[in-house]
Amino acid sequence: MDEQAPAVELKAITKTFPGVVANDDVNLTVTPGEIHAVVGENGAGKSTLMKILYGMIRPDGGTISVNGREVHLRSPKDAIASGIGMVHQHFMLATNLTVLENVILGSEPTHGGALDFDAARDRIRDLSETYGVPLDPDRLVEDLAVGERQRVEILKVLYRGAQILILDEPTAVLVPQEVEELFRNLEDLKGRGVTIIFISHKLDEVLEIADSITVIRAGHTVATVKPRSVTARQLAELMVGSELPTPETRESTVTDEVMLSVRQMGVRVGERWTLQDVSFDIRRGEILGIAGVEGNGQRELVDAIMGMRPPQQGSIHLGGDDVTLWSSRRRREAGIGYVPEDRHLRGLLLPSPLWENAMLGKQTMPPFSSGPWIDRRGAHQRTVDVIREYHVATPGPDTPALALSGGNQQRLILGREMIAEPKVLIAAQPTRGIDVGAQAAVWEQIRGARAAGLALLLISADLEELIGLSDTLYVILRGTLVAKLDPATVTPEELGSYMTGAREAASA
Amino acid sequence: MNTRIKVALLWLLVPVSAIVLALGVSSLVLIIIGENPLSAFRSMASYGTQPNSLASMVNRAVPLYVAGLAVAIGFKMNLFNIGVEGQYRLAALLSAAAGAAVTLPAPLHIAFIMLVAMAVGASWAGIAGVLRVKRGVHEVVSTIMLNFIATGVGAYLLANYLRKPRLPNELIIQTRQIPRSGALPNLAVVGGEDLRSFLVIAIAVGIAVYVLIWRTRFGYDLRATGINPEAARASGVDPNRMIVRTMLISGAIAGLIGMSDLLGFFHAYTLDFPTGLGFDGIAVALVGLNHPAGIAVAALLFGWVDRAAQILDLEGIPKEVIIITKGVIILSVVVAYEVVRRIVQAQQIKAAAEATRKLEAKKEAVAA
Amino acid sequence: MSWAAVDTAQVEGEKGGRLEARRILYLLGLVILLLSAVRSFTDASDLTSSNTYGAALRLAVPILLAGLGGLYAERTGVVNIGLEGMMILGTWFGAWGGVEFGAWWGVVLGILGGAMGGLVHAVATVSFGVNQIVSGVAVNILAAGVTRFLSVIAFTGHGGGATQSPQVTSNLPNLTVPVLAGGKPFGWQSPDLLGWFERQQWFLVSDVAALFRGFMAELSILTVITLLLVPATYFFLWRTRLGLRMRSAGENPVAAESLGVPVYTMKYLGVVISGALAGLAGAFLVLEAAGIYREGQTGGRGYIGLAAMIFGNWRPTGVAAAAGLFGYTDALNLRSAQAVHALLLFAAIALLGLGVWYLVRGRISAGLLSGAIGVLVLVWYAVAEDVPRQFIFITPYVATLLVLAVASQRLRPPAADALPYRRGQQTS
Repeated sequence: MDEQAPAVELKAITKTFPGVVANDDVNLTVTPGEIHAVVGENGAGKSTLMKILYGMIRPDGGTISVNGREVHLRSPKDAIASGIGMVHQHFMLATNLTVLENVILGSEPTHGGALDFDAARDRIRDLSETYGVPLDPDRLVEDLAVGERQRVEILKVLYRGAQILILDEPTAVLVPQEVEELFRNLEDLKGRGVTIIFISHKLDEVLEIADSITVIRAGHTVATVKPRSVTARQLAELMVGSELPTPETRESTVTDEVMLSVRQMGVRVGERWTLQDVSFDIRRGEILGIAGVEGNGQRELVDAIMGMRPPQQGSIHLGGDDVTLWSSRRRREAGIGYVPEDRHLRGLLLPSPLWENAMLGKQTMPPFSSGPWIDRRGAHQRTVDVIREYHVATPGPDTPALALSGGNQQRLILGREMIAEPKVLIAAQPTRGIDVGAQAAVWEQIRGARAAGLALLLISADLEELIGLSDTLYVILRGTLVAKLDPATVTPEELGSYMTGAREAASA
Repeated sequence: MNTRIKVALLWLLVPVSAIVLALGVSSLVLIIIGENPLSAFRSMASYGTQPNSLASMVNRAVPLYVAGLAVAIGFKMNLFNIGVEGQYRLAALLSAAAGAAVTLPAPLHIAFIMLVAMAVGASWAGIAGVLRVKRGVHEVVSTIMLNFIATGVGAYLLANYLRKPRLPNELIIQTRQIPRSGALPNLAVVGGEDLRSFLVIAIAVGIAVYVLIWRTRFGYDLRATGINPEAARASGVDPNRMIVRTMLISGAIAGLIGMSDLLGFFHAYTLDFPTGLGFDGIAVALVGLNHPAGIAVAALLFGWVDRAAQILDLEGIPKEVIIITKGVIILSVVVAYEVVRRIVQAQQIKAAAEATRKLEAKKEAVAA
Repeated sequence: MSWAAVDTAQVEGEKGGRLEARRILYLLGLVILLLSAVRSFTDASDLTSSNTYGAALRLAVPILLAGLGGLYAERTGVVNIGLEGMMILGTWFGAWGGVEFGAWWGVVLGILGGAMGGLVHAVATVSFGVNQIVSGVAVNILAAGVTRFLSVIAFTGHGGGATQSPQVTSNLPNLTVPVLAGGKPFGWQSPDLLGWFERQQWFLVSDVAALFRGFMAELSILTVITLLLVPATYFFLWRTRLGLRMRSAGENPVAAESLGVPVYTMKYLGVVISGALAGLAGAFLVLEAAGIYREGQTGGRGYIGLAAMIFGNWRPTGVAAAAGLFGYTDALNLRSAQAVHALLLFAAIALLGLGVWYLVRGRISAGLLSGAIGVLVLVWYAVAEDVPRQFIFITPYVATLLVLAVASQRLRPPAADALPYRRGQQTS
């Protein structure tokens, strides 16, 4: 069997985007019938690499071989023809259509001019049984749970005869039980000879499921290892590199003065409580970190504190004021700053000039406005300050935000929030998608603000960041705070086991 | 070249290409029907530059301008007030009736009529705003429905309640005349053509709209909501309140569309009161790229073309050819705008990437 | 979970389609029953006469065609507010073709004229990414201008003018089902069984007979084609490969493109078909309804078609039901003031019934509101002698607004409707 050509072989793949080298001399060899994990930090270049392999992006250089034959992938269609299928992190499903319609779209069986529903149904049932992915073909995708939707994506790929499956961060949206089920499915698929490329940054999962692991750091392939031969610790070191500045904030600046106090807060979305009985205090000079798998109530927590989704239960106090019923604007004016997790969705007016972006969220306050009027000069001046102090690379304050790279956009957002010296800052994923150097600068700035008395709520998927920066660390799981940990002693592995519910709370 | 100058030149391409294309298509049409486009354009140019033509151009442009403003303020936040038509007609009818029913000293009388018109326009538009916010009904659909309902309700009110008591064999259906105190005087008489003084009010409204949208916090919130509603919400804007307020303002301005004709010419709502200005306003707003200055240019352009084309009939050329000209202008402006917008964005991204590279080079130089 | 709250009767796909069709049938039965009761009580025979139904059908056809047109465009994700303009093109080209080459050519040219309008809209919105509302409005303005100009060129001095064409004589065949609905096939005077039943004024029996006769007597061939387009559209969009691909462009174009569906082509197809159907509606207005082209003839029917499509929840059967309702109120308005007055009683009873139904299902506020309006309408019926024409004119629009206000949360537009899509875009 050793003579068999690799299922996928990438050689010297390079891809540059304006201002960023996403992939630089990346090499990857995947043996047929294995589960091959590609790990790396956010922004390390994993997604770009997989998009290249799926024909969504064309590389600037390097070669791709599938089953020993070199291929040129110009579109996903070519990739599909080569037997490669991709399960996207953000599902590509039409929710108003049925499972069957989603699966057959693009390669529909027909019979006398009409769609052959019976043939399609049989084929889907066959595939479901063979690969152990049970699904009712006639249900609406809208009615399916997240795990089931992922199965539809897998089925779509299998239906097209793919023998090589790329799964991009498949567990990011799943709850632990669903993760287990997914892993069972993947094992089944492997048993049927399917090759799986599994993208992740969650080391425990990778060690559990993968047969080989390739580590990518800052656009390079660092190493390919066997899970049995490494520990999570070693893998983490490979991922972040030894020279990485770890965010350390040991000397405490925490005071006794409570700035933000959340009491027994509950948020209901539709019929479901997405947040329940959440209580915590953040003091002047304190960074409170919230760890958790995405989708466990973090968004609702932020929305409730920012006044964008009124809580059904509990209260929020800012300083001495009960702000539970205040509007977002009033909270902003009272000194709450916000760094949203998705800067394009919530943080920026992309076609507008930087100076108008610098005032977003501060538009009612000096120096951006006085009374009902916009103060253009003041706004420009402040924007120039932000650009200088937070090292935003731009031709000037009149450049539209969309022209900036992601890192520069993030620096602008962080700068506009921090320069206003908020009492409380809600920062969700403040370093997501920016390069390692910029990350260190952001940490430095956060640390500085903390020393100056900022109370910070930090929500992050980067466990090192959480452990390194936080004074207090909570774990959120299914909408409740399940553990309170000491960041001075906790390890990422421990944190991970609390986040997935594998370990129960000692002191919550 | 400096990016800024390049960008400005690129934007200039929008009106230039639209006018070139429009002239081209019109010439083609004229040639097809066997006329000489050059002589047609020449006679339009000479007739259109006579003083009375210029006065008429302005008179025609004023209501178009106000209509364009009413539409643009909604467009600025991605709110499509297709209902300007119904709003201004209902406003003209009710304010005409109200104006005829009261006696007030001159300036107050005029102000009263205008206020009634603005209130009616705002309320009618407000229905769509409230339906959108409370019931999730898209404003495009609701304002279209409200246009028809305005027509029906207006006709009913005029026929049954607001109509001037008529003489036995009189057929005209109209409201009673507004007394002299409620009439706007002419600004001047140019070459025998009255230049109506509502022009001054229209300019004031245009300036007010500009200041409101580009110089106030409210305008900032409005534009932010139009560009990215979710980001605007996170910045503290209440999107529902913005929708209702913007609809009210748009409707209030719409209420003023008919005032130039009502206060300066008709002095009563009659069955031949101008219609279609609301839809023309959409066209003017599109061509003027939703900016008060651009809308002014567009309104004057349309006003001039309308007037200058009158001469064509005397030359035996169907003047309707200019309707095609206008249609081509509208369509090519919206397409050219999209195309240029994308080119400009690419330019700006390139410039910013350049700046980033320079900054990094400097940093490295400092480090070394 | 939030999706558990979804009303399962609304589901897409074959089950949903069949269920909804059956629902509409039940509802139709109920309406006929109630109408005949009101008819017997008030003696307003026009309420359910076959002539009224026939007129309603004729008035519904252009609305239905425009609505189906809107459906094709929006199912591929493009809002087509330019239906009105495309219908205007249909009227002009229909008339011109009819005058110059005969009625069938009028139909063909009307369709082509509308399709051309659709093509313009598609180029602007799909290829150039112009905002769909903006482009639609521009198409409407352009269409009005083009037809005015063309009229001057083609009709002035030839028996027409700048705003109207010469008379268009239509020799399109009319169909009548012999034996059941009378007629004179091959010169033979056929019996008119349904007509006989209708004249007996029997409760329900006569009313049902009248309804069937309305759909069988003197139907324009274009009406028949339009009626057939309803099931044909369903089959095409929900049962064929191309239909599925077109709908996928309106649901999730990014996903569709990733599976090799040419999304731009699908959108082009949807919008051009949309224009063609609006054009056919215009041709129908000229050839079968008016016998002449007149400026402003469409009277906003393109917009009403759009309303019918929304009212009908973006489904062919729903569009047909909505168009029927609009056509029926129009027909009554044209035919008989007495019947319109009687319709108030019908509306009052229907609203009260709806109120009770809501109350039984536990929707207290909706039930009370509906009941209260019902009582008001009942009082109106009792007090007033007749209903102002203008009120009937606005009925479809008010009804649409009310339906949207009450049910817009339950409507299911295509998920990517009205959203701009650029090829190569990687998230939706």
